[in-house]
Amino acid sequence: MAVETKVRCQVGLTGNSAVAYAMKQINPEVVAAYPITPSTGVIEEFSSYVADGKVDTELITVESEHSAMSACVGSSSAGVRVITTTSSQGLALMWEMLYIASGMRLPIVLACVNRALSAPINIHCDHSDSMGARDSGWIQLYSETVQEAYDNMIQAVRIAEHPDVLLPVMVCMDGFITSHAIENLCLLDDSEVRDFIGEYRPKHSLLDIDNPITYGAFVLSDNYIEIKRQQSEAMVRARGVVAEVDRDFGSRFGREYGLVESYRMDDAEVAIVILSSASGTTRVAVDEMRKSGKKVGLVRPRVFRPFPYVEMQDALKGVQALAVLDRVDSMSSFGGPLFVETRSALYGAKEAPLVIGRIFGLGGRDYKVDNAIGVYKHLLEIKDTGRVEKLVDYITVRE
Amino acid sequence: MSKKEKVEKGYRELPIGGVLLVPGSADDYSTGGWRKLRPILDKNKCTNCKICWVMCPDSAVIVEDGEMIGFDLEHCKGCGICAVECPDKVSAITMVEEEEEEENK
Repeated sequence: MAVETKVRCQVGLTGNSAVAYAMKQINPEVVAAYPITPSTGVIEEFSSYVADGKVDTELITVESEHSAMSACVGSSSAGVRVITTTSSQGLALMWEMLYIASGMRLPIVLACVNRALSAPINIHCDHSDSMGARDSGWIQLYSETVQEAYDNMIQAVRIAEHPDVLLPVMVCMDGFITSHAIENLCLLDDSEVRDFIGEYRPKHSLLDIDNPITYGAFVLSDNYIEIKRQQSEAMVRARGVVAEVDRDFGSRFGREYGLVESYRMDDAEVAIVILSSASGTTRVAVDEMRKSGKKVGLVRPRVFRPFPYVEMQDALKGVQALAVLDRVDSMSSFGGPLFVETRSALYGAKEAPLVIGRIFGLGGRDYKVDNAIGVYKHLLEIKDTGRVEKLVDYITVRE
Repeated sequence: MSKKEKVEKGYRELPIGGVLLVPGSADDYSTGGWRKLRPILDKNKCTNCKICWVMCPDSAVIVEDGEMIGFDLEHCKGCGICAVECPDKVSAITMVEEEEEEENK
């Protein structure tokens, strides 16, 4: 449970507590959720806020995640702010409704605490849940730290509700690694959060009987592609809006993340691209390698949807060999989604690097500094020889 | 969406997310073409009990001033519920092959 404190910084919270606290400050009209490990803590703490009268939220305790997202869709259509949270199988059970939320352009925010999908059943972190939903029309932010998960939740509300966007946003953080680890972070004041997110003024409300409208109607071949074209353009516009919201957040509170974060990339010859908490581990490896004069760097996309392909091209300029590390396998025989899309973004770029894909850390398998160092050493070999022997492979696996 | 929007408006002009701003716009969609069997009303037998009007899933039974006057063939899909629900002693509605009806014209 978050302790109310006057001290803005150096508050120790788990990722789940920080997200629940952000939700308390956002004070959405509706939260509909069904608990699932490792995101249970979010809804558990938030329900205490509801019970203690700290929020005005209508908490809908449903019988499944499919119903949770359905209730979110209904509530959001009624024109109110809606948040939910889930993980793994829960997200999988929401699948059908994820597309309905985005297709109906409902600015729902979902905290996704990343956990591996069954089978085999597992409770620990990988990105198979949210990556499976990568084409569901949701904006996806991947948080490296507890601080960022907290900040992303608050930014997500503004991004989702922006009139140029009106798309649902998924805020991802790594299950257990981030959700259950206590980290120091700065909390904002309630009034700062309130001012930042502003009031939600929906264009339509299903409950406005003076201006009756229909949500979710049948749309046949005479209009369907137009509706999808609008949605696609909203995702294109989201790139600018995510950046704009982040800049405003930075100017107010001093923390700014960008769409893509670069670490020691100025003169980097080889680099790793990786998401979420594993980038913290990789950062340590970068420092280790730099100590012995190796020019290595790290690029971490904070946003996966919309895919920041231009920013990725810019961030990776001058790199000769690149490894994209995915905490998920697409089971396509061609590596993970981050690999495929990063490599695609670089195709046609001037002096594009050699790119390899490595899958790591599935089902919560540890990814350690030595693993990252191993990848950097391999990349330096590729840089020197100009030869890629294995385009896609696994690491952190017993051979 | 009204008929006009369906035909003319580019994607930028349409309401987003498939929201319909005009109530009852499904009326503009002609769905009667799906029909294989057409209901034929025998006005001499009909008692205006309006059970067919209550039971029709497509609101395709037309009633004016309390009198059952026929079917909205733009929306009737020929399910035949009206013919089944019409009381056995009345049997004022028969379902006829659409093709035959067209030929008889």
